[in-house]
Amino acid sequence: MYQYDEFDADFVEQRAVQFGRQVEDRLAGKITEEQFRPLRLMNGLYLQLHAYMLRINVPYGCLNSTQMRKLAHIARVFDKGYGHLTTRQNMQFNWIKLSDMPAILLELASVEMHGIQSSGNCIRNITADEYAGASADEIEDPRVYCEILRQWSSLHPEFSFLPRKFKIAVSGSDRDRAAIKAHDIGLRLHKNEAGEAGFEVFVGGGLGRTPFIGQSIRAFLPTQHVLSYCEAILRVYNQLGRRDNKYKARIKILVHEMGGEAFGEKVEKEWAEIRETALELPESETARVGGFFAPPPHEKLDDDDSDLAGHMAGDPDFATWVEQQTARHREPGYAIVNVSCSPVGKPPGDISAAQMDGFADLADAYNFGEMRVTHNQNLVLTDVRKKDLFALWQKLVTLGLATANHGLISDTICCPGLDYCALANARSIPLAEKLSERFADQNKQKDIGEVYLNMSGCINACGHHHIGNIGIVGVDKKNSELYQLMLGGSAEEDASLGKILGRGFDEDGIVDAVELVIDTYIELREAGEKFIDTYRRVGPDPFKEKVYSAPA
Amino acid sequence: MPLLKNGNIIEDPYTRVTEGEELPGEGPILVDLALWQAQRDALVARSSEVGVQLAAGESPAAIAPDLEHIALVALEFPAFTDGRAYSYARLLRERHRFEGELRAVGDVLIEQLHFMDRVGFDSFDMKSDEAAEEWKTAQADMSVWYQPTGDERPTATRLRRS
Amino acid sequence: MHQVVIANRLTDGIVVFLGREQEWLEGLEGCQPAQDTAQAEALLARGTEAEAEQFVVGPELIEVELREGILVPVKMREAMRSRGPSVRTDLGKQAEN
Ligand code: SF4
Repeated sequence: MYQYDEFDADFVEQRAVQFGRQVEDRLAGKITEEQFRPLRLMNGLYLQLHAYMLRINVPYGCLNSTQMRKLAHIARVFDKGYGHLTTRQNMQFNWIKLSDMPAILLELASVEMHGIQSSGNCIRNITADEYAGASADEIEDPRVYCEILRQWSSLHPEFSFLPRKFKIAVSGSDRDRAAIKAHDIGLRLHKNEAGEAGFEVFVGGGLGRTPFIGQSIRAFLPTQHVLSYCEAILRVYNQLGRRDNKYKARIKILVHEMGGEAFGEKVEKEWAEIRETALELPESETARVGGFFAPPPHEKLDDDDSDLAGHMAGDPDFATWVEQQTARHREPGYAIVNVSCSPVGKPPGDISAAQMDGFADLADAYNFGEMRVTHNQNLVLTDVRKKDLFALWQKLVTLGLATANHGLISDTICCPGLDYCALANARSIPLAEKLSERFADQNKQKDIGEVYLNMSGCINACGHHHIGNIGIVGVDKKNSELYQLMLGGSAEEDASLGKILGRGFDEDGIVDAVELVIDTYIELREAGEKFIDTYRRVGPDPFKEKVYSAPA
Repeated sequence: MPLLKNGNIIEDPYTRVTEGEELPGEGPILVDLALWQAQRDALVARSSEVGVQLAAGESPAAIAPDLEHIALVALEFPAFTDGRAYSYARLLRERHRFEGELRAVGDVLIEQLHFMDRVGFDSFDMKSDEAAEEWKTAQADMSVWYQPTGDERPTATRLRRS
Repeated sequence: MHQVVIANRLTDGIVVFLGREQEWLEGLEGCQPAQDTAQAEALLARGTEAEAEQFVVGPELIEVELREGILVPVKMREAMRSRGPSVRTDLGKQAEN
């Protein structure tokens, strides 16, 4: 993974010192909240319902064990012993004191971390496929370009006051695990006929109040032009994006109002002016950054591990976990391990300091000291020897991180909602807990198969409800929580937006409704069909009928 | 309002003239785009400097062909959150090769000075009388830059290679 | 209509309420709700002063009611603020009592 050099280290430390000074000015009453608010937001510090909340960037989801232990330390010393993994692959702490911020930022800087640009109308943490560098179907490693983009976007002087926040995601496989079409810019690495790597460029995707799927504006962008092309997109957006209404300020609205083609033309025109500037990536830079993402020293192993088969035969729980949680690695004898942070009946994405420490130890023991955070609020170990899987699993069981629900209905995406978030209309975590309890039975979940259940506590859609196969969004109705149900969303290469099924439900009603939706799917599915396939084949009507004709 | 240039507070030599007002006989004047467009020939013919102020929605493309006659371009920040002028500044400096004074006016705050400096502004309408001090702090805060802009500061990428 | 002033304390962000002695309290127990608009305005004015003195952030009036002899916020959002997250009853104000 990338390691800071003196420039990166100075940059983060200087910023920490600067913010420390601003905090002291604020505490001394030298600046008002109005003046301070934009400053704290630029450093990832929000004021939420109960206290300050600090969002710490995990660049494109990559974390090492030292950093994880530092996060555990912060959770213990400065928070209430836990953190929360977000859908932008970041970590949030919910109970931060303003007066502790200078110390926290210096602690973070000491392990190459910070909260810069985790909020505000700027380029946010860039996200990527959590299997990057390990998956069998990868074309090129997206992390190299994520890191190059990360540096370019850090305190970009032209793009720090955009009309609205700006999110970029990069995928390096045909399978889209980074939801790139739900981003302001989505970059898909692929190869042209000559075998050269480049990006397909999507713009204008996004969720929230007015969701859109991103449109492709360029089929192939040679990789050395990634910065100039992004700069061209941002420059067009910065000048033309709407600033009169914050709900219409995202690039998706501009792209939609102008049309993808017209927008693309403007970008191409701007790009023609800047493509041959210092923004063009020299091969040496790509190679330098690429060096940090070289594969770890894998051993030469047989793909089949005899011990593994034995353990699986002997321990059905372990076998279930292996089947559900591991994915194919490109190296024989290795596996990618998904670690669920959505245990049944618990808040999805919450992780305790003890779990963080314990997990850091496991990363050291079995995964070359590294780990990933996923946009599904889970963790991943990318390079585990198959022969270590049993020992790893036993320790994950002890840590409470061995839930076998990857890609299943109880592995929900869920935003903090009204339990923490100042913008929320309704709670979302209790729903996630109830739903995961309702479907807790492993055989039942397994039988239902792959289905993504996403929920948000308001229209802002931090819980990605539009792109869940089943989506739930909380609305406020006369001071009671009401939930709307939508079906048919997808975050993957076949991205689509869910549609509202009908009238909303209360908390218990929505749990029942989801169960009826699943029952309908089971009745109607044909052999081999996933939930989304059946929904696309039969449309919403059979679901509607079942859900709304049930006796209340 | 104090005018900050090259780290010092200076007396603004420009007089603002808006449409409908009579042009003063001599001395540097700062006009808005409408006045520039209405009286371009008379303004070009003046012996002393002319500056043009662009509002937030006015692209520098509107004055690009005339830049040789313009000594000062003032770009407006109606609110510090409105960042259009950062792009305009770079376009003026890097695309249109404008070498005159580039002034930030409106909601110009100490925290933004660093960004403004990097995109090519060289004078600032400040709110506070401590602007010269603030400028020093802003300059001292950061010493690492990742983006190549027209200000020619060496980026981290460039320094790594040398 | 019964109202009190709620805010977050500047230094640590903790939720506080303006009490009957014009002091900031961490719970609603010592609050004297305003009964009419004039009283509410006076309360809020005091809250705004405290904001100007850089002691609290975001003071606002919220509606409260007496339930079984205890003052509680009417709205869900403020109820949450006065107690703590419903999914972690071991944390926040609800855990301290
Ligand atoms: S979706 Fe709404 S409730 Fe959920 S975290 Fe985002 S803003 Fe808060």
